[in-house]
Amino acid sequence: MTTATAAAGAHEAHEHTHYTTTGLDNRKIAIWAFIGSECMLFGSLISTYLVYKGRSVVGPFPHEAWTSPTGQVFKPILDIPVTSASTFVLLMSSLFMVLALAAVENKGKPGYEGTLGSSKLWLLATALAGAVFLGFQAYEFTSFVHEGLTIKTNLFGSSFFTLTGFHGTHVAVGVLWLMTLLFIDMKRGLGPKDTILVDICALYWHFVDVVWIVIFTLVYLIQ
Amino acid sequence: MSNDRAHADHVHEHPTWKQYKWVALWLFVITVVEVWAYYIPAFVASKAFVPALLLMSAVKFTIVVMFYMHLKYDHSLFRKLFTGPLLIAGATLVAFLFLFKR
Amino acid sequence: MASSAATPTHAGAASHSSEQSGLWSWLTTVDHKKIGILYLYTALFYLLVGGLEAVLIRTQLAKPNLSLVSADFYNQLFTMHGTTMVFLVVMPLSAAFFNYLIPLQIGARDVAFPRLNAFSYWVYALGGLFITLPIFWGLAPDGGWFAYAPLSGPTYGGGYNMDFWVIGLQVLGISSLAAAFNFITTIINMRAPGMTLMRMPMFTWMSFVVQFLVILAFPVITAALFFLQFDRFFGTQFYEVAAGGDPLLWQHLFWVFGHPEVYILILPAFGLVSEVLPTHSRKPLFGYNAMAYSGIMIGFLGFGVWAHHMFAVGMGPVADSIFAVATMLIGLPTGVKIFNWIATMYGGSLRFPVAMKFAIGLIAMFTIGGISGVMHSSPPSDLQQTDTYFIVAHFHYVLYGGAMMGIFAGIYHYFPKMTGRFMSESLGNWQFWLNFIGLNLTFFPMHFSGMLGMPRRIYTYDAGQGWDLFNMMSTVGTYMLLVAGLLFAYNFFRSKKHGAPAGSDPWGAPTLEWSIPSPPPDYNFAQIPEVTSRYPMWDLKAPDRTAGIEHSHPDAAVIAEAHAVPMHEETERRTAKELGIPMPFNTIKPFLVALGIIILFSGLIVLHIGNFPLAMATMLGGGAFMVGSLYAWLTSPLE
Repeated sequence: MTTATAAAGAHEAHEHTHYTTTGLDNRKIAIWAFIGSECMLFGSLISTYLVYKGRSVVGPFPHEAWTSPTGQVFKPILDIPVTSASTFVLLMSSLFMVLALAAVENKGKPGYEGTLGSSKLWLLATALAGAVFLGFQAYEFTSFVHEGLTIKTNLFGSSFFTLTGFHGTHVAVGVLWLMTLLFIDMKRGLGPKDTILVDICALYWHFVDVVWIVIFTLVYLIQ
Repeated sequence: MSNDRAHADHVHEHPTWKQYKWVALWLFVITVVEVWAYYIPAFVASKAFVPALLLMSAVKFTIVVMFYMHLKYDHSLFRKLFTGPLLIAGATLVAFLFLFKR
Repeated sequence: MASSAATPTHAGAASHSSEQSGLWSWLTTVDHKKIGILYLYTALFYLLVGGLEAVLIRTQLAKPNLSLVSADFYNQLFTMHGTTMVFLVVMPLSAAFFNYLIPLQIGARDVAFPRLNAFSYWVYALGGLFITLPIFWGLAPDGGWFAYAPLSGPTYGGGYNMDFWVIGLQVLGISSLAAAFNFITTIINMRAPGMTLMRMPMFTWMSFVVQFLVILAFPVITAALFFLQFDRFFGTQFYEVAAGGDPLLWQHLFWVFGHPEVYILILPAFGLVSEVLPTHSRKPLFGYNAMAYSGIMIGFLGFGVWAHHMFAVGMGPVADSIFAVATMLIGLPTGVKIFNWIATMYGGSLRFPVAMKFAIGLIAMFTIGGISGVMHSSPPSDLQQTDTYFIVAHFHYVLYGGAMMGIFAGIYHYFPKMTGRFMSESLGNWQFWLNFIGLNLTFFPMHFSGMLGMPRRIYTYDAGQGWDLFNMMSTVGTYMLLVAGLLFAYNFFRSKKHGAPAGSDPWGAPTLEWSIPSPPPDYNFAQIPEVTSRYPMWDLKAPDRTAGIEHSHPDAAVIAEAHAVPMHEETERRTAKELGIPMPFNTIKPFLVALGIIILFSGLIVLHIGNFPLAMATMLGGGAFMVGSLYAWLTSPLE
């Protein structure tokens, strides 16, 4: 929800030329303040996950096998190969994102589109990569549920699904944002004067990416 | 808030395609090393495992923020708006780990 | 000057054409001044609600073993009294001043994102109703304003009561966060030429610090509230002790938010007082830099002291010591402020209008609360005092004696700017003295009842424990505060219509907001001012006062010639159209987005009732409505 409101503030377009103290765009200052705020949100979510690590009284567990009192055997539940693949996709989406921004910034410069591709292509690629990441996450969540781990099962389930679910929601908002930009680009074309619109979306997108870098290490790799 | 004005204030140009490519390559390589390390039981059991992974993660975090989010090149105001909250969030996380240590 | 003293009815005519009055104009306004007024009225309404809750509480406790209200309803009363006063009164009253004053003080025509500003207000207004109305059905939140889990979780608090709290607070958080991003951007980026950070009025400085506290503290309570909501509505186990959940997790998360929240409440009042004191001492603020830096220090240290609310849970000697020392440290920058205010008055040519009396009242009363605060920063001492009325005395001295006194000072000081008329000084004096005596009569005896062991949050008590006299005193004091409050309301509404006309600068104040007509035209400044010092209006009218402070002018010859460049004072009123100033369009869309958020969250209550299809319909419908309105908002031009 807060994401939507910040996006709202960040999007509020000033059509006219206004004096600003720093010469910077209001929206860019707002999005950085918003990202600073998000550090605290994810800091709280990650803290909670780490504080509760190893405190669940029943399985399944992330890294150890577990046999329930009824004799059911659970494997360690985290699937590192699949998550590594989805991590790779998200990292690459950040590359696509900077290329989209560069394409919009340099649109109209001689020879630019020939070498680096159009902003439409890279916006689409970024949104698709985000959607693929969400697909991986949907696959991961459903397979966990089949293996007996839901958000209600234990502290691990509650904190894991909440943390990664919040991250996934941020990715989903980002995909929607990218699709909106793509729509604008197709309708009227984004040019150098629209750099700020893509820039604030890119900052948000990269931030969501770095949060995943932290989650991937702290949640998935460290046992 | 004209964009021309904002542009005029960019002291440095944004990084180039070449840099973007290198950053992506580093991100890929470090991720491969991280996952590889995960599958070496002897290393996982060693004391170096957690610090090594944290370090690699921090490097990835830093290069994305510096190059892809342009913090290295942009107005110093943005650096302050980001690092301040990040440090407070980090300190709070460490305090929590200490307070809940059993 | 003569023209600026024209009666406000005449002066206000230009900005009040037919399309700008009526309900619709208030629903659609994006003018920071009108939004500030909306915040002010709404918060004063909730002050009445929270005050009446306090009156009921104190009436119940007047004598031993009274049964005016049931134990259950008493729980609802003290929970809602705290929640209302913190989130629906003091924060929004501060927000009223942020909205009204920040753009005027920095020489801007509006905030950075005018529509986001309207959105913040409507989320607050609707969220406030959401959390307040249930008390009429006896369903109000009953778990304390701190809602300690697991008592507020599904196992021990399974009724609907706490649902309204966990949802309502989440919604109010959205409002505060949106406003904070807006004001941070405004203060960084909308300052007039020459308005450097170190020339900003102290109120704007303190507000600036507060916005950072908001963006860093509120995400923590957001996360904690999501956990609690998930526990209550979706069956997660975050705070379930049987599943291994730690009961301290909520407490830590809550106070990581809760302690900065204390400074979110008090710093704006400090800022207001720092405007009132120099004006009525006719002397620059003493130690401006120290004031600004101590505000930053308070904000920064505010994130490292949260666990002093939790000494009684047994965190161990290391944690206790660290948090005790950090808490004592935070007393230093606060002390710096107190001494600077006193030094500001020292040697000044003092005047004592009601605003000044309230400002001096803050210094005295806050100091008492601050000293008792240092007492329980020491864990051994705190263990005697925690959860007793001593703590209640402490935080009412800082929040009522501090924050509310500062806000009253601000209202008396800025009422002429907002309305063009003075509030009655004679009624104001009655209010001040009743208020001052009433607050000491209410809260000072609580130190004693607390020391004698009277616990907080009990709905009645037996005679013969030495508490009877002190409780009766507190109750009598509360009724005095009620009378003082009603006097204030009468004065406020009467003065709006019949107060003596005030000119643009009735107090001879030093800062930019006094250089434009009262009430200001909708564009604020016909000409964006060029600021050359901290006290532009004194440069113009009383240059001898500002001889000692830093001045600059882009033209070096001018600096060489004189220390001050008299600024332009605007006394004329023309419409924005006549002046060719583009103004943002009024729009209903921020209100609609806020409404969508409320509908979305209301679905959770339906879920608790057990009607799954209706809950899904409500949430999906509200969500779709919110997103649709948001897109409509973002795709329509601002001005």
